[in-house]
Amino acid sequence: MAEKVLMKGNEAIAEAAIRAGCRHYFGYPITPQTEIAAYMAKRMPKIGGTFLQAESEISAINMVYGVAGTGKRVMTSSSSPGISLKQEGISYIAGADLPALIVNVQRGGPGLGGIQPSQSDYFQATKGGGHGDYRLIVLTPASVQEMADLTALAFDLSDKYRMPAMLLADGTMGQMMEPVELPAESGSTVAKPWAVTGTGLARRHNIINSLYLDPEELEKTNYERYERYAFIEEHEARWESYRMDDAEYCIVAFGIAARVAKNAISVLRAQGIKVGLIRPITVWPFPKKAIAEAAEQVSAFLSVELSMGQMIEDVRLAENCRRPVALCRRTGGMIPTPEQIIESVKRLKGGN
Amino acid sequence: MTTNILLAGFGGQGILFAGKFLAYKGLLENKQISWLPSYGPEMRGGTANCSVIISDEPIGSPIVSKPDVLIVMNLPSLDKYEDAVVPGGKIFADSTLIGRKTMRSDVETFYLPATQMARQNGTPTLANMIMTGQVIRQTGIVSLEGLEDALGKVVSAKHADLLQVNLNAIKLGYGLAL
Amino acid sequence: MAAVFEKPKSLTDAQLHYCPGCTHGIIHRLVAEAIDTLGIEGKTIGVAPVGCAVLAYNYFACDMVEAAHGRAPAVATGLKRSLPENIIFTYQGDGDLASIGMAETVHAATRGENITVIFVNNAIYGMTGGQMAPTSLPGQITQTSPYGRDVSTAGYPIRVCEMLSTLDGPEFIARVAVNNVKNVRSAKKIIQKAFENQVAGKGFSLVEVVSSCPTNWGMTPDRALQWVEEKMIPYYPLGIYKDRSAAGEGQK
Repeated sequence: MAEKVLMKGNEAIAEAAIRAGCRHYFGYPITPQTEIAAYMAKRMPKIGGTFLQAESEISAINMVYGVAGTGKRVMTSSSSPGISLKQEGISYIAGADLPALIVNVQRGGPGLGGIQPSQSDYFQATKGGGHGDYRLIVLTPASVQEMADLTALAFDLSDKYRMPAMLLADGTMGQMMEPVELPAESGSTVAKPWAVTGTGLARRHNIINSLYLDPEELEKTNYERYERYAFIEEHEARWESYRMDDAEYCIVAFGIAARVAKNAISVLRAQGIKVGLIRPITVWPFPKKAIAEAAEQVSAFLSVELSMGQMIEDVRLAENCRRPVALCRRTGGMIPTPEQIIESVKRLKGGN
Repeated sequence: MTTNILLAGFGGQGILFAGKFLAYKGLLENKQISWLPSYGPEMRGGTANCSVIISDEPIGSPIVSKPDVLIVMNLPSLDKYEDAVVPGGKIFADSTLIGRKTMRSDVETFYLPATQMARQNGTPTLANMIMTGQVIRQTGIVSLEGLEDALGKVVSAKHADLLQVNLNAIKLGYGLAL
Repeated sequence: MAAVFEKPKSLTDAQLHYCPGCTHGIIHRLVAEAIDTLGIEGKTIGVAPVGCAVLAYNYFACDMVEAAHGRAPAVATGLKRSLPENIIFTYQGDGDLASIGMAETVHAATRGENITVIFVNNAIYGMTGGQMAPTSLPGQITQTSPYGRDVSTAGYPIRVCEMLSTLDGPEFIARVAVNNVKNVRSAKKIIQKAFENQVAGKGFSLVEVVSSCPTNWGMTPDRALQWVEEKMIPYYPLGIYKDRSAAGEGQK
């Protein structure tokens, strides 16, 4: 077993990306994710890679688009307001069917918002963000270990399905340190005959493009892309079930909210209240089956979020109105306490 | 067993460093650990704090809102956090910089003139590690064995000469009988 | 029988969609001829803009990438950093390069990215139907300056070459025109030089091509070329604004 090292979540992302074969990073400083850029600035020149501090988030994502077009692993990272700026480029990357990794270490919004942890970019990440019909694979780490592991997974899934992936973290995950066993060196194993690398006069020219002036053709590409999305929804949803075996109530939470929920569950269980947790590890695809199955078993759900309530809509769609779904939330950079979650679960219980 | 530790003081007092040392020491003793700093503009000369959890169990939330051990190195931090300490918990305060005692009667308190001791020791910036030494003595959350190994992880190779003075500071704090 | 005139190999057989009298066709040809002459088609990757030349990816036979509006220099930066041995060029209009993409232009230039930028300045937004461009002349009538560009509210045209040549980063900045045979010949040489610079690893080269838009200017093709001579070139003087190698290394 590799040695465990103490690392900040942001640094774990950067190191895991390098180990996954990413040699191109483009970014722009913004709290609370700047450690990723700082780490890349230090490491990339020593391993023949590119670190470039772009003139804006808009430029950074378009540099990502350029490298992605050549078929190489590439990433950018930012935090909420910066991710909004990247949405144009993300839409183009999705529209041109390119793999790339975008990291969002979320902070409170809207607008300039604040710099403390948040999950209020859930809609933006899972429902489109930019213009047009498209999806991102969205992974939600809940530990520094997962910051590393899901970075590697995001690159693999992105390559496999030729679509951008997003690591949707938050300021806590970015700033905290935990022991982490770094993933082994890897790289892309997917052939990329579509990449622009120069024709070498040996083939017809490749074109990286998302423009289809013929609406029938555009409709066709969108249908094809959604067939791929349907396959992903069927096969790539990931979640953790925690103490769900005998649960009568189900908390749904991801990232830092799931960590706090586990504390609450320990207390509630000690009081004889049977609570479990479904922690989505992918929020797109959302673990619909896990929620639907839980709806057969539990009497109510509680969505715990660092937002005004965004994921709760997906929970409701997945459990299909069979059970009540309540919300336990903090927003603006505040984090729910275990006590708040405990109270919310007890209120669920009282409501039955 | 799980120990929730909160360290707080001014930026520049080495609050985050002391927390990082405790975390690494715990890691080397095969414990579960987490370290979470405050971040943002408040770090630039304002208050700094960090949450450290050392546990035999997997750690849930890394946020310490109810510390078992509170280490404070300025008055605003004592004002802010003393009520949060769990009954029966321990408060360590740098009495050089904090002129009052805690109002709590249901906790154990340890006042040590860490900043003054650090000055007298010729290492004025290491009051944080003197505090840490006393915390180890009074709580036993980590062992006194292998301090060098943990320090080696948090003192950068560039400043290897600082390893010994940090070690001395921890031992100085540890040796103080209160 | 010896061929005396051929389509450059670096252009595909696709039929161009440009309006009658538009000079994009000439500029495409000059770029393709430079690529052919240098024998770099197999390793060239072009970046098409948003604007009239949006479909340039169908016309150039090399690998092509379609960029978002204004972002071509950033996309080219990504391409070049990924494939430093390849030859990367962007082909952009005035709205794309000097308005929405000004930040990308200036920063690619100041970084000295080893790319070639072909900047087609026809003083108007063509594809959207003739709106005021950052390079529209004072008093010029367009759909969005129906009483003529009023500099008191719409500001002055941007002289891109003059502005970029103040930077230390770029290798080569030049302005050419394609309104007559003499100017086309000169443009051909300078565009080729902009590619040669990249092959030699010298850095950022930008060629502004003063061009015409008979359709949106509301002129015959012939009258439009005259307008280039009479109005455009006096405001946008032709010439080499910066040539770091010719000026000698270490200067400045």
